[in-house]
Order: sequence, then structure tokens, then C-alpha cells
Amino acid sequence: MADSTSSNGTASDNTKKPSGPPGAKKPAGPPGAKKPAGPPRGTSPKKPTLPPGYGGDSGGDALTRKDFSSDQDVRWCPGCGDYAILATMQRLLPELDVAKEDVVFISGIGCAGRFPYYMDTYGMHTIHGRAPTFATGLKCANPELDVWIVTGDGDALSIGGNHLIHLCRRNLDTQVLLFNNEIYGLTKGQYSPTSEVGKVTKSTPHGSLDRPFNPVAVALGADASFVARTMDRDPKHMKSMMKAAHNHAGTAFLEIYQNCNIFNDGAFFEFTDRNTKADRALFVEDGAPLTFADGDQGLRLDGLTLEAVDLTNGRWSVSDCLVYDSGNREMAHLLGRMFDQPDLPRPFGVLYQTDRPTYEQQLHEQINAVREKRGAGDLQTLLHQGDTWTIEG
Amino acid sequence: MTTPSDSAHSSDTALRSIPEATVLFAGDSGDGMQLTGSQFTLASAHARNDLATLPDYPAEIRAPAGTTYGVSGFQLHFGTVDINTPGDKVDLLVAMNAAALKVHLPRVRRGGTVLLNTDAFTPRDLELADWEDADPLNDDTLEGYHVIDVALTTLTREALSDTDLSKKQVDRSKNMFALGMTLWMYSRPLEPARSWIREKFGDRPAIREANLTVLEKGAHYAETIEAIGVRYEVDPASMKPGTYRTVRGAEAVALGLVAAAAQSGLSVFYGSYPITPASDILHEISKHKNFGVATFQAEDEIAAVGSAIGASFGGALGVCGTSGPGVALKTEAIGLGVMTELPLVVVNMQRGGPSTGLPTKPEQSDLLQAVYGRNGEAPLPVLAPASPGDCFYMAYEACRIATTYMTPVMLLADGYLGNGSEAWRIPDVDTLPPFEVEQTTTPTDANMTTDGDGNPQFLPYVRNSDTLARPWAVPGTPELEHRLGGLEKEHKTGNVSYDPANHERMVKLRAEKVQRVTQTIPPTPVTGPRTGSLLVLGWGSTKGAIDEAVRRCREQDTAVSAAHLRYVWPLPADLAAIIDGFDRVLVPELNNGQLIRLLRDAYKADFVPLNKIQGRPFRAEEICAAINEATNEATGTPAVAS
Repeated sequence: MADSTSSNGTASDNTKKPSGPPGAKKPAGPPGAKKPAGPPRGTSPKKPTLPPGYGGDSGGDALTRKDFSSDQDVRWCPGCGDYAILATMQRLLPELDVAKEDVVFISGIGCAGRFPYYMDTYGMHTIHGRAPTFATGLKCANPELDVWIVTGDGDALSIGGNHLIHLCRRNLDTQVLLFNNEIYGLTKGQYSPTSEVGKVTKSTPHGSLDRPFNPVAVALGADASFVARTMDRDPKHMKSMMKAAHNHAGTAFLEIYQNCNIFNDGAFFEFTDRNTKADRALFVEDGAPLTFADGDQGLRLDGLTLEAVDLTNGRWSVSDCLVYDSGNREMAHLLGRMFDQPDLPRPFGVLYQTDRPTYEQQLHEQINAVREKRGAGDLQTLLHQGDTWTIEG
Repeated sequence: MTTPSDSAHSSDTALRSIPEATVLFAGDSGDGMQLTGSQFTLASAHARNDLATLPDYPAEIRAPAGTTYGVSGFQLHFGTVDINTPGDKVDLLVAMNAAALKVHLPRVRRGGTVLLNTDAFTPRDLELADWEDADPLNDDTLEGYHVIDVALTTLTREALSDTDLSKKQVDRSKNMFALGMTLWMYSRPLEPARSWIREKFGDRPAIREANLTVLEKGAHYAETIEAIGVRYEVDPASMKPGTYRTVRGAEAVALGLVAAAAQSGLSVFYGSYPITPASDILHEISKHKNFGVATFQAEDEIAAVGSAIGASFGGALGVCGTSGPGVALKTEAIGLGVMTELPLVVVNMQRGGPSTGLPTKPEQSDLLQAVYGRNGEAPLPVLAPASPGDCFYMAYEACRIATTYMTPVMLLADGYLGNGSEAWRIPDVDTLPPFEVEQTTTPTDANMTTDGDGNPQFLPYVRNSDTLARPWAVPGTPELEHRLGGLEKEHKTGNVSYDPANHERMVKLRAEKVQRVTQTIPPTPVTGPRTGSLLVLGWGSTKGAIDEAVRRCREQDTAVSAAHLRYVWPLPADLAAIIDGFDRVLVPELNNGQLIRLLRDAYKADFVPLNKIQGRPFRAEEICAAINEATNEATGTPAVAS
């Protein structure tokens, strides 16, 4: 069994004088090395020396869901979809090969923003829309941390839209969990940037006018290297998506359809309800044909357009269906845009994934390269740079 | 080719020693005036003079050529005496065109010298300078000044007539002709400029030789024409022993941050979004990555401060640099820094406001924003460097205070300090104040409790009894997991708390913590007697002008003392006693009265404002006038002529 202190040094006194570059306390490898580049889209373990659940505080006993629950009372409305997301996360973390003390949740403002208070990990509840910025500084300071960003549709796509797109293009190694409930909950029920046109709310008694964002398309447009969608009412799928996001090296964007039972109840029931889910939700799998309705229907390409076809009448078969390749950017865009086609089902799963160097990895590689070239800096020499003259005493 | 040396030789040019001089180079944005001024500065440093400089350039990168709003200037004050400011009145104006003369002639002292490029006074040049109906070279515009007419463009073209360079390339080197002339006029060495040219144009031999030729020709021309009359010498200054360099404020801020990193062992994370005039800090500090400095050009001002706070949460020292409008955008995040009690340094290179205001002009108008400009009760320490070189020390101090007290700190410099430079005595690294940072890495009886579920829980808001700072425990440390955030924190546990008594307690604790910064700051220096009728009390970048004014007044037997605040907020503990020693306190500020409001709120005394809000620094004579007026009002005697 791995020694739980092995990744943290053996400081015996109460304090330490910080030394060395961020992340230096773990000499195992260069920043970012914990998530090897290949094989792509696999679920390769990052630190094979630590079996799942054996990292961190518990001194070797496997961690459990309880180890990740703080003592704070959860204050979401009874029946809120957030409970399922929280529970799924608390169940997932013990299965990951990450030391508990390395896990950090960074949130913005809104109902989702309270998430870190309920996790017994490091966390920070920041300001509205800006969680990605705090995560960026944190991850740059210590690339070894496992940083999760928790946000909502207003937080990520309205006030924080700018930060979300720049996070995606930089490819900071972090997971973005976007709790999308298509409404403003904490401010008591105004329409959000993902609400459908014509939404009647307190702030739009005659209906909203603006076209909604489709979060998946926004993330794809911002060049996110991992884009996935899941739903609060399918904990098993949600957990597998969280895990896939975690295992991805780079910005992993996960949209979670989350029911707000107070202000927007049932917004996603057509995809999540037992009676309609099979027909309206399509779960993609890498290398598998795109089918739904328990295999009775599929998606084929008609030119550059997706078409739903009946696989039961003998005209089309599974072999006519598009075989999904989550590394194919064009395919990802086609699936992302099914959002705009009400006659097609809504796709869930890993819609896109590619490998690209992460921001913090490149940042530290650059620092190290400069160090190698010029040596560690000497302050006295630096201050004397350029033209100097001496006045004798 | 006819060279200037063939013309009349003035071997009888008089040589006169003077204690100090102020030179102003002015021309089009594209005329290379900043470069010319920098080279004259370098030569003056080599001549061992004390010096101070002030660039003055338009916000536009290339404003239309020849216009008054496209004029770019560089002013340099150098001397054998102590130099406190870039100079009140100009002794020599080098005007590369009509617009430059029009804009800057009012700054030349009566009897001062004006060196004109007569080639740039064509009807078209005059029209561009809005001087259509005037004939400044021949009318009474220049009456009372010593005028040196030089056909700079023509002479430069003659000097380079045997080269293959294009006319444009030839004309671009005319600033070197002016530089050569002025260096000769003040007996400055040519060698520093020569070696700079050799290095700068090392890979472009034709340009390199052209610039060297024109520089020599300029110096030679100055030596041979009669119009110059007097050549000046400025002896080396008697400066404190040590090794010196010139340093600009922006550079000094960056060096101060690097020094803080090197001395504390912390990594510095500098997050910034480009903004005038703070971008130069980012440019400078990004060169020093081998000191473990990470720089991040953020997508906006908010991302810059957010990333800095995030980096501090992660155990680095988060710093962000900006100007007033950027601070406005960062306001909410700085409040989060106050609530989460994480170290953060925010550098504000102030500029004229409100809104976009005067982006390239200095002003001290963000003091109240720094002290009070956040929602809720969100106090933080505010520091203000007093000179370009002092930017080094105050940036270092800002980092020290931020980590010692676990608080955001605002550093208020301005464009005058950032762009200005001075002869800076390089500190010995070993004499810098010690900078020990302690991060909490293990649980102790004092910092742990048992939570509601019966599990051990770290207490992130247990405080140091001296500083009231909370522990800095960074993610990655086992057993110290905790949550920070913007919701009010419960005393000790840091849990979210809406308890009324707790909120009041925490507000007062945060205020008291910031107040305690006064424990570890040096005494406020006072120039002159500690009691008397008049004290001049300023803050930040006005120190040079105030010192100069007080020196002049005291030389004229005016009883006046001066004190200066670099640790502006909280107000230093010794300030009450200092103020108490004087009948009146004159408060000069480059704003509409901001420090004076803080003073009136804190002390009962007769405070007299002196405000200048023109996007320009004080001239010492303006402060002298106010000192005399305040003295006369108090004593009823007539003003001492200055």
C-alpha cells in the first residue's frame, strides 16, 4: 500500500519556508505529468502507485463517500437536482486515484456556487462568473492539484462567459461542471441565457426575447478539448462522465442537465423521464453507431445533415447509422447542433475529446526552459543589470 | 561635401560651470524623442550627475505628424546638486518641429535656450501646428529666448549624402544630430550613445554607421557654430557612496516583486491585463522567469485579479498591476481577497480620471478608491512610493505586508513614477528587510477542532495574536482541508455564518488587523523642526517637488517643515503627534483633495489644501508659492519673493 505521506513530504514542524517552484514538493515528474498524454480518450490511471481510494488523509484505509462530506447542512431546496450531483461526486472521488488533499472545488455564485461548502476538500466559493480565473491562478501555482470548477448557466454563460471561453482555449487542466437548469434560481426565477425563447418569468412577464445559448456548442466553439453532456437523473451516466472529465488532461467541459423543481420544474423531463428518455435521449459511445429508442431508431448522415431513421421497417439498418468518433471535430459539431433540431433526440455522453498541451504545463515548461538557459536568477546580479556607475566613499 | 566644420569656427565658445540644468526634447511621436532623451540621460549618468526624468507623450501611438496633439516630449533634470524633480523650468528646449515649439515654449524659462529644426517650419508645418497666420521664427514669439537655428533635416541629409539609405531612413536619424549637439553643449560624453547604437543596430551596419556619423556630425557642428555662445559643464554630484543605475518606476516595481520572491522563497504569480501606464511592469517582470516568476496575460482585468487570488490560495504570491479603470473592474474580487484573507498585491499606476480620463498623464486621484472603494467594510493597507527608485522598496513592502497580515495591499504609483527615472543607488540584497513567510503545514491543537460530524477539522480563521493574520494553509496539505469564500465567515471555523454578532465581530477583526500594520512600518520622516507654524504633508509621487520647495523656502528663512507618507493607509501611528506640532498643515495633492479628507476625519488641525489637477506633476515653485501664502496668512507679513 502506498504511504499516504509520500506525496506530501514529511514536514514535522508546524510551518515551512516555501521553497522551489510550484509543485516542487512532488518530485515525481514535470508539471502535468500526472496525466499522461496517451492513449487518447482512454481512462488510463494517472498515478498507478496509488490504488483508487487510498490517497490522502485516511492513513491507508480506503476513503469513502463520507470522507468527502463536510459537516455543513446542505441548504438546497428539497428535491433539487443538485443533491444528486453532490452525492455522485462524493461517491466518485474515493474511486479516483487522487489524494484527498489535492482535490479543490472552485465555484462562482448561484445555487451551484454552494457546492464547495458541502465537500470536505479544499474549496473556494468565489465571485459571480469568475471561478475559472481563480482556478487558473491556483492550477498555475500548483499544477499537481485536481481542480474542479462548479458553475451554473447564468454564472458560466452570462456574467462569466468571457472567462469560460478563454479557459477552454487555454486548455487549463481542470473540470468544468456546468449545472444547467435554464433558469436563475438563487435570485428567484428570472430567465437565464439558456432559457428557451418566450420564457415567461418574473422579469419577462411577456416572454423572453433572446435566443438561448447551447452550452455544448459554446464550449466546442471555444475549442474545448473535452465536451460532454449528462443529466442529474442518471447518476450512473453522470458518474462515468465526471470520471471521463477527470481523466482528461485539459479543460473538460461537462454540461449537467439539472432540474430546478422550484422555478423551472421539468425543463429536461423529456430527456430524463422514464417514459420519454429512450426516444428523446441518445447516449453516444465511441466507436458505436448512433442509435436510440432502444435500438429502434438511428442517426444517419444525409449529405452534411443528420437524419433520424427508423431501423425497424427494413429500409435502414444499424450499418447505415453514423459510427461515433469522439475525436472527430466535425461530428462533434453536428451532434452539438442537434440542440437546434427538435425532431432529433438530444445527445449525451462524451461528444468530443482531443489531446492538446495544457496551459499550466506549458507555463512551467517555459519557466524551466528559461531557468535552464540562464540558470536560477541571482537577485544582486539582476539589480546591477545595464549601465551602472560607482561613487566611491 | 561641405561639412559644417568648413564654416566659421568658434573656438572661443565660453565654458561655464553650472549646478543643474533642465533639457526638454520635443518632436513628433515618430521623431524618436523618448530615445533621444534616454540617451542624454545615460550620458548624464556617465557624467555622474544626479538626475530625474519625465517622459510626456500622447495616448495615441502615432498621432498625425506635425500636429500639436502628436507632440512627444522627454524632460531631464540633471545636476551636481541633489535632484528631486524633473525640473520646473526648461533651460534648453530642443524643438524638432513647429508644433513642438508651440506646445512647449511656455515651459522654457525667460532667457532660456531654444534649439529649432528650421526645416520643420514650412507653411504646411505651421498650418499643422495651428499657427497659419504666425511667423514664429521671425515675429516676437521667440523674443527673450536664446535661439539656435539649425537646419536639422538638411544637415542630416548632407551628412549622409554618400550613403545608399532611403530618404526616410536618412531623415529618421536627425534625432541623433540633435543628440550630438546637445551632448556637446553640456559637455556630456558621446561614448554611451555610440555603444548603444553599435549594439542596437549591430545587425544593420548601414543604419548603424549612419547613426554614428550623424551623432558625430551633430557634436562637431555644435562645436563649430557661433550661435551656441556658451558651453556648460555640470560637475559630478556628491552622491552617497554606492553603485548607481538609472531606473524607471515601472522597472523598479517589477524588480521589487522579483526581490520579494527571491527573499521570501515564494513564487510570484503576476496576472495582468495590458493597460497604460501599467503594462511596462508586465513587460519587465516577464523577462525574469528564471526567478520563478509566472506571468499571465489575462483575458480581462477581473481575470487578472482572480488568477492572482487563486495563485495565492495555491501558495504563491499573487500580484496584479493595473491603472484606475482596471482597479474599478477588480473591486469585487479585491473584496473577496479581504474576506478570504489571502495575500494579494494590487499595483495601481494611477492616471488622470474619471473613466478613461488622461491615460498617459499622472494624477493622484485614486486614493479614496484605494482606501474606501469597495462594497461593505473592506479595509486594506495602501502604500505609495515617493520616487521611481522607491517603487522597488514599496513593491517589496507591499508583498511583505500582504503575506505578514494575510491581506490584499494596494500600491499607488502613477505614470509620473512609472515612466520617470532617477539615479538609483542599488541596494545590497543582504540589507533588504527580512522576509520570512510561514505557511501552515501540519495540524496542531490550536488550529484543529472536531466538527459537527465528529471528524477533525482545520480552523482556517484562528488568528495570530500579534498580527491577527489567519493561517496560510495551501491545497495539497493533508488534514488541513478547508473552504474559503465570499460569504461571511464564522470566527475561527470559517464556516458560512449569518449570525449578526459574528458579522460585527468579523468586520471589526478585519479592520483591526489592517490597523495593526502600523506596528511594523518605519517612523514617518520629518524634514526640518518637529514643531512650528507650517508643515507640508504629502503622499506618494509628490515627494520630490515638495522636498525641493521646502528646501528653497527654508533657504529663504521661511519656517516650514515637511513630512511625507509612503505608508498611507492605515495612517501611521506617529502622525498625530507630528501634526500636533504645527499650527497649520499644507496638503499638496494631484487631485481635488483626497488625503486631506482622510486627515480631517482623523485629526483636529488646520489643514490647507493645495490641489493641482492638470495631468502634470507639481512644480516646486507652485508649492513654494503655497507655502509662502500659508505662512503669510498665519503671520500677516508679506510674501518672501521667490
